[in-house]
This record gives sequence, structure tokens and C-alpha cells, in this order.
Amino acid sequence: MNFNFKHEWIETNIGLMAVLTMLAISVGGLVEIAPLFFIDKTIEKVEGVRPYTPLEQRGRDIYQREGCYLCHSQMIRPFRDEKLRYGHYSLAAESQYDHPFQWGSKRTGPDLARVGGKYSNEWHVQHLVAPRSMVPESVMPNYPWLLATKLDISDVSDRMKALRKVGVPYSLSQAEYDANVKQFGETVAKQLHIPDAQKNLVEQANFGNYDGDRSGISEMDALIAYLQVLGTMVDFSKYSDDAFVGNR
Amino acid sequence: MAASMSYSGVEQYNFDIVKKFSVMALVWAVIGMFAGVYIASELAWPFLNFDSPYFSFGRFRPVHTTSVIFGFGGSALFATSYYVVQRTCQTRLISDGMASFTFWGWMAVIVLADFSYVLGYTQSREYAEMEWPIDILIEVVWVTYLILFVGTIMRRKQPHIYVANWFYLAFILATALLHTFNNLAMPVDLFSMKSYSLFAGTQDAMTQWWYGHNAVGFFLTAAFLGMMYYFVPKQAGRPIYSYRLSIVHFWALGFMYMWVGAHHLHWTALPDWTSSLAAAFSILLLMPSWGGMINGIMTLSGAWDKLRTDPVMRFMIVALSFYGMSTFEGPMMSLKEVNALSHYTDWTVGHVHSGALGWVAMISFGSLYHMMPKLWDTKIYSNKLVEVHFWLATIGIVLYIVAMWISGITQGLMWRAFDEFGNLQYSFAESVAAMMPFYAMRAIGGMFFLTGAVLMTYNMFMTIRQGKREAAALEAKLAAKLAHA
Repeated sequence: MNFNFKHEWIETNIGLMAVLTMLAISVGGLVEIAPLFFIDKTIEKVEGVRPYTPLEQRGRDIYQREGCYLCHSQMIRPFRDEKLRYGHYSLAAESQYDHPFQWGSKRTGPDLARVGGKYSNEWHVQHLVAPRSMVPESVMPNYPWLLATKLDISDVSDRMKALRKVGVPYSLSQAEYDANVKQFGETVAKQLHIPDAQKNLVEQANFGNYDGDRSGISEMDALIAYLQVLGTMVDFSKYSDDAFVGNR
Repeated sequence: MAASMSYSGVEQYNFDIVKKFSVMALVWAVIGMFAGVYIASELAWPFLNFDSPYFSFGRFRPVHTTSVIFGFGGSALFATSYYVVQRTCQTRLISDGMASFTFWGWMAVIVLADFSYVLGYTQSREYAEMEWPIDILIEVVWVTYLILFVGTIMRRKQPHIYVANWFYLAFILATALLHTFNNLAMPVDLFSMKSYSLFAGTQDAMTQWWYGHNAVGFFLTAAFLGMMYYFVPKQAGRPIYSYRLSIVHFWALGFMYMWVGAHHLHWTALPDWTSSLAAAFSILLLMPSWGGMINGIMTLSGAWDKLRTDPVMRFMIVALSFYGMSTFEGPMMSLKEVNALSHYTDWTVGHVHSGALGWVAMISFGSLYHMMPKLWDTKIYSNKLVEVHFWLATIGIVLYIVAMWISGITQGLMWRAFDEFGNLQYSFAESVAAMMPFYAMRAIGGMFFLTGAVLMTYNMFMTIRQGKREAAALEAKLAAKLAHA
């Protein structure tokens, strides 16, 4: 058979050109993205990682709203300097409940993947309101409105329901709650129960008193609750240095 | 009304839509670049955030990126693709109504997006920050665009589809694919702007950067290559250098670009196999990229004197040179060892801008300078101003890129520096302080570039006015003649 291909066939046929173009541009994504959902090793098996509490999740929403990810990464790379500066390199498992991910792409400010517990709540409040009062070299904007704005908690359960639909194990039914008790323990499972979302949020905010002001729950309360949990869920002392090498 | 005065193809072509998009390309260029200069200045002089949520860097940055990429770049692409597809197929767009819908729809997208960011609505996916209702509008506009474009090609009077249209087609198809899969999200409520991404963590990051790099690959490269393939030969008055090269680099570019996104995720929690594969394809991509550059620049062979005499040509050739440079820099930065230093630093920002200012904006300026006088059937109002624009833009880009190279490499080196005791030598804050002069220099570079764009807008405004006056004078003359006869 004499198969004499001519590019002219494609150039004179818009249908053929469109189909072949679609084929050409589809391969890369299929090969690189689809397997990530099926290869088990993509996400490490690790203890401690849990979905965010209602207050932390609201804090995360604010983190996203203010565009923090544009200057702060949440992804520590496996380098000696980053280990010293930020701590253990980030695991895929640590962002498995992050819809959307907040790894970032730029460090105008430092990485925040393990900022939790590094500074006191008081430091965070002062730093967010007036960054240069704490770090003179900083170029971060002031965020005074976080302290002044009351946190909107009216739709917190709707938000958790949406997250549940995309796969975060927040519980609605008793069966789901029981499954969470098994997986995360009772204390955590209670926090993940959607019917108690508002109550849990208020309790955590009042107990934590993150913004140092007991008169109400501000956006600052939520944001700091979120910042203080970042990178603290996995206890790395339980794992050997090369425990996660195979996952990379 | 303006359309009826144009003498070049009143009936044959729909130039009204091309005019609208051309004018808006300039308007968005000025708005978007002003936003860029503003946020650059915020980094150099943080008081400019004014303690206001609406102007703070984090909310304002997507206003810049959306206005320049989708406002300026998008409008320039709509304008030129509608112009090119009609001219090369020698047929009118199949529907004026659909064309008009893409115009108003696209303008609505940019305006709504910019306001929603300022109000705090963002998906936090870079270059896809628009929340779900705006995403749906984009989808509708885009499908209309696809139908209009393909439909017009189907009505062509030529058997062959001209090469510029291949690139525009690939851009439209790829953008549809990328936009759809990167914006899968669950709204909190039907009446809430807020949504949560369908994917989480690693898969989400991979999807986003598959999108993110191909927004560069198809929106900001393939499409502008389409522009190049029409306007460079036109302005040079010479045919494309190599037909064979255009075939090879078209298919290679389309196939390979889609693999490279993961080089944005080197050393992250994304598995190594994915980012290594992406790096390999990034290196390969150098060849088709340079294929395009060579094809464009060599088109000028035999007419090199135009570089001295034709300021519009100069925009195009400098654009191709920056395209060549940034498509060399990109593969280099995708090498893991280089990326370990460059990632998270200003170097990346500089790289993007050598592509965005040097390639995308310069080729758009050149093409608009070629096309707009033709649309209004006149000559450029002032070639002198084109010349001034060219130098302002070029100096601006160089200031910008050099500032970002220095600051980026400095940051990277300071972060990894150890003292003799094995401790980190610099605190993070010290690296921030070291950036200050370069952030100022970058903002000044941006101001040069913005000033050039403002001059161009003025020049084109005067060109349009001149075109309208000439048309009116001609009409009056004709009327007088008719009255005599």
C-alpha cells in the first residue's frame, strides 16, 4: 500500500485539523495528571493529618481572600537550608484536605507551611495589624480590618457541606461521625460534625481568644487559628529521616 | 457609523468588531499596566497599601494579571484573530451577533473579575482567580468564539487554511480545555460567589500548573504566534521564511507545551516522576519555540533595512528576539538544579515579564500599529511617537528584567547561604531588605513601559480621529460632485 501522507490534507480540512490538534494537546495532561489520582504512593500514609475545624477553615478562607498565597508559599522543599529555616519538608499528605491548595509560587515573605506554634497569638495580632512594628524590613501590607471585622459565621455549615461534597470527611450523619471517630479520634470527630459547626466555631474562638479581645469573634481570630495549626498536625519525631523518601 | 465610513471592505468584512477589540486592547493595556506599576510600587513602598483592603497587594495583584493577560492580551487576540481569519479566508465572520456577544461578554468578564478580586472573591488559582459565575460566563463566550472562528474558516474562499489560523485554532481549543478542567469547583451555595476546588493538595496543584503554564503556552504564545504569522510577513512585505518549519513547529509546540506545567512544582510534594517528565519536555520545547522565532526573524531576510526605517517592524523583531530569549531562559529554569535556586524568587517574575512585556506586548503593539490605521483607512498619526514608544518600552523591559535577575539570584543565594558554623547566614528579613533598590528599579521600569503604552493610546486616538476626518472629507467631496452632476 502506498500511503503518501501530505500535510495538505490537514491544511484543507478544518475538522481534521481541529481533531488532530485536540489529540496533540490532550496527551500531556492525561499522562501527567490522571495517574496522580490512582498511584497510591502519591499521598503518604501518615498519622495526624485531619480536616480543619470550622474556625480554622474560616481562617483559611480569609487567608485565600486576602491573597496571602501570592507572597507566602506553603511548601517546604527538601533542602538543608529550608530544613533549618522552616522545618521538615512538606508532605503531600499535609495538604490532602486543602481545597484549593495554597502551596504558592513566590516567597516575597517567608514560607508558612510550618508557621503554626512559632509565634504567639499576640505576636500575630500585632504583626498583622502593623507588620513593620515587628519586622522593620517587612514590605507586607497592614491588615487592620481583620481585627475590626466581625467574622461571618452564618454560612459556615454550608461551606463545610460544599467541602464535604468534594471529598473532605466532614460528617452529616451519625454513621459518618462514627467513621470519623474511628479515623481521627473523638475530639477531632466532634469538630468535623457539620450540625455542630457554629457551636464548635464559637467555642474554639472563645477558648483560644486568638485576637486577645473577648468581646466578639473577629476575622483575626479565625486567621490566627488557621496560622497556628499550619504544619503542626504531623509529629515528625515518630518517623525516621528517610521515612518518606520512597514517596518522592 | 464608523464602520460605514471605512472603505476597505464595508460589505466584505466585519471590521467593526475588530475596531472595538483593538480600542479596548489599548484601554486594558493602560489600566492593567497601571495596576502593575502600582503593585510593584507597593512592594517598594508599602505605605501605598493605605491600610485598605481594596488596594492591598494580595487583592490587587490579580487585577493586574487579569487586566493585562485577558483584558489587553485577550482583546488584542480577539481583534487580530477576527481580522486575520476574515482576510485570509476572504470571507466575513459568520455572525455579527455572535461577534458582538463575544465582545460584550469578554468585557463583562474582565470588569466583573477585577471588581470581584478587590472585594475579596478569588479561587486563588494564579491566572484563573475568577470565581465560578465568571468562569461560566467565560465558558459561554469562549464556545461562541470557537463556533464563530471555525464557522468562518468553513466558509473560506481558499482551499488552504493559512498558518496563522492554525495557531489561533490551537489557542482557542487549548484554552477551552484548560479553563474547563482547572475551574472545576463546588459553589457554597447557588447565590454565593464562594466555591471550593474539586481537587485538593497535590492533584489540585498539578491541575493548576498544567493550566498555569499552558495559559502561557497557548494564550500567551501560540495565539501570539498566530498574530506573528500574519503581521510580520505583511509588515515586511515578504512571505514566511519556511513553510515546512511552520508545520513542524506547530505540531511540536502544541504537543509538547501540555507536558511542561509541572516544572513549576519541582522539589514540592508532587512526585518526582511528574516534574522530571515536565523538565524533559521543557528542554525539548526549546526547539519548536526557536523554530517559531527563526521563522519570524528570517522572514525579514532581504529586507533588513526595514529595521532602520520602520519603527513598527522594530517592535516585531524585538518581540521575536525576546521570545527567543525567554524560551531559552524557561527551559534553563526548568532544570531542577537551576530551579532550586530560582523558584520562589523574583527571577521567575522577571522571566514572566521578559515574555509578557518583551514578546506578548511588543508583538501586539507592532500588530496594532499595522492594523489600526488600515481599519480606519488612514496612516499612523505620528511615526515619531511610535519611535518614542519603542524606546520607552525597550528601556522599560530591560530595567525590569535586570532588576528581577539581580534580586532573584540574590534572594536565592542569601536563603541558602551558611556561615562558618553551619548556621543560616541571613535571616529572611535581611533578604527582604536587600530587595528594596531592585523593587524600586522594577517599578521605574514598569513606569517607562506604561508611559509608552499611554503614548500609543494617544497616537492611535489621533489616528482614528484623522481617519474619520479624512473619510468625512471624502464623503463631502463626493456629495459635492454628485450635486454638480
